[in-house]
Amino acid sequence: MQEIRNYTMNFGPQHPAAHGVLRLVLEMDGETVVRADPHVGLLHRGTEKLAESKPFNQSIGYMDRLDYVSMMCNEHAYVRAIETLLGIEAPERAQYIRTMFDEITRILNHLMWIGSNALDLGAMAVFLYAFREREELMDVYEAVSGARMHATYYRPGGVYRDLPDRMPQYKESPWHKGADLKRINSAREGSMLDFIEDFTRIFPSRVDEYEDLLTNNRIWKQRTVGIGVISPEMAKAWGMTGAMIRGSGVEWDLRKKQPYAKYAEMDFDIPVGVNGDCYDRYLVRVEEMRQSNRIIKQCVDWLRANPGPVMVTNFKVAPPSRAEMKESMEALIHHFKLFTEGYGVPAGETYCAVEAPKGEFGCYLVSDGANKPFRVHLRAPGFAHLSSMDATVKGHMLADVVAMIGTYDLVFGEVDR
Amino acid sequence: MTDMPTHSLAARLAARFGDTLSLSAGRGGETTAELSAGDLLSVATALRDEPDFRFEQLIDVCGVDYLGYGQDEWATETVTATGFSRGVEGQAMGRFNWAERPRDADMPRRFAAVVHLLSLTHNRRLRLRVFCDDDALPVVPSLTGIWPVANWFEREAFDLYGILFDGHPDLRRILTDYGFVGHPFRKDFPLIGNVEVRYDPEQQRVVYQPVTIEPRVLVPRVIRDDADLIQAKAEAADNWRQN
Repeated sequence: MQEIRNYTMNFGPQHPAAHGVLRLVLEMDGETVVRADPHVGLLHRGTEKLAESKPFNQSIGYMDRLDYVSMMCNEHAYVRAIETLLGIEAPERAQYIRTMFDEITRILNHLMWIGSNALDLGAMAVFLYAFREREELMDVYEAVSGARMHATYYRPGGVYRDLPDRMPQYKESPWHKGADLKRINSAREGSMLDFIEDFTRIFPSRVDEYEDLLTNNRIWKQRTVGIGVISPEMAKAWGMTGAMIRGSGVEWDLRKKQPYAKYAEMDFDIPVGVNGDCYDRYLVRVEEMRQSNRIIKQCVDWLRANPGPVMVTNFKVAPPSRAEMKESMEALIHHFKLFTEGYGVPAGETYCAVEAPKGEFGCYLVSDGANKPFRVHLRAPGFAHLSSMDATVKGHMLADVVAMIGTYDLVFGEVDR
Repeated sequence: MTDMPTHSLAARLAARFGDTLSLSAGRGGETTAELSAGDLLSVATALRDEPDFRFEQLIDVCGVDYLGYGQDEWATETVTATGFSRGVEGQAMGRFNWAERPRDADMPRRFAAVVHLLSLTHNRRLRLRVFCDDDALPVVPSLTGIWPVANWFEREAFDLYGILFDGHPDLRRILTDYGFVGHPFRKDFPLIGNVEVRYDPEQQRVVYQPVTIEPRVLVPRVIRDDADLIQAKAEAADNWRQN
């Protein structure tokens, strides 16, 4: 009998299936994982400490860079925490805009997830389809904030500006010209809301296309059904939230249970899984995209019918308009104070959470009354999820570790912060 | 969340735990309970298991360093002949480098571990705060035996604040580099850090060296008692006298 011993394998930090900079030290018995020890922190930038050295508003941009595929949801948690301590509330239109963009962000995130997860498990084409729609939604991000990803669009007291009246169009180029150019610009003739509405009309059929590629695909099912089964008890003990806990059959969604922004007014359903395996979590996320689409449609209808302010008029928190600054000395002073010193936030502490695409993203904010936060702690869903890695992959094969990393929907910007 | 159930949660906590917890209500109907390190494990177990509480989920554990809480760098109330003091000499972490870090910093009960719990059954949240008795050796019992997810959160608090979690199975650094020295989120750790890495073409390898950048913060830390606030305070005092 030959002597067999376990060996240690280093997975990452530069592995195409590691979704960024995950270093995973795996103790293997043949192909079977005996112990998994994720090493994180390779993308640690000290966001929380940096935020302590800057006025409140200057850290909103850092939030985009945490979970860099669900940008505005992160901003939402931080901005809500500030608003809670200030005791202000954004105008209704801003709340609807935030709700709409949270859901656009959810679709953006799930598209990224479905594409990269399928790529990890050997299906190339899904990625190309998913990025087709992501491109359209990023154009929406760009039209509203000027940036395709790191928007810094939400501000304490509302959003940076109202939705634009027209959607930017493609210009003629060697790749887009003639009838082709006309076709791709046809949805961009009207306002941004027209463009989004057009998107919500087409999107369900696009989700059908992803499902055609995966849902009954034999290889996909072999790689995901019965893999990484998480029981409801385990999901609770390991602090899982979002699709991870819903995939295990626990009906828990902050949008329904602790509604914020305008979710209480929205008509949508929460999909839950049955078996708690990777396949169920896939189905949950696909259904979430369809539900997000419904919410976006409802927001578009409301926003079309109800113009109004998108920012509070408290000039201690929000800047006055440019036009007003040319006329009024007081407005100029407000502007100067706001952009040099910022605003003081009353002493206190709060924890505000949002249902980010990956789970509960929370912001614990402590203020001592200064113009900078005293302590910001960001509760990233991926951090809690990844910590259960050892418990979930023990006894699985090496290839299933990749399926598990995919189903966790990890992004290291938020895990490492 | 409405206010009612939170109030009843506070009432039930007070009835069940008595003086063990010192309760306070925060903004937005949040409940905070402060307790001593010695009581943490028994209280946490009861909070998880008893049907009145059922906090099945530990959402978050984080460290807080209360050094310098409420201190600003710019006097805004007392005016001198030359105006307000221009605040650039403060002790905020962006202003000093590693050699000049404040070492005599003392404040009673500097470090705290803050725990956020969530009950799925009752749809409630609760915040627990445990202050460490000793600043030089901050110790808090580990919650890993009650909620396994506490493992990484406690490693993070250890890494960034140096809080030791008694009973933790594997208290290693998690976010900082292998071989990192110090606890970077402490308020007496400079924002620019201590060392930097670069590639040295002569030695043909990556070398560590003391940081070469200057500490710099553009905006001073300011705490203002707004005019509105002072007026409101004065009016409240007046009313009290009239009554």
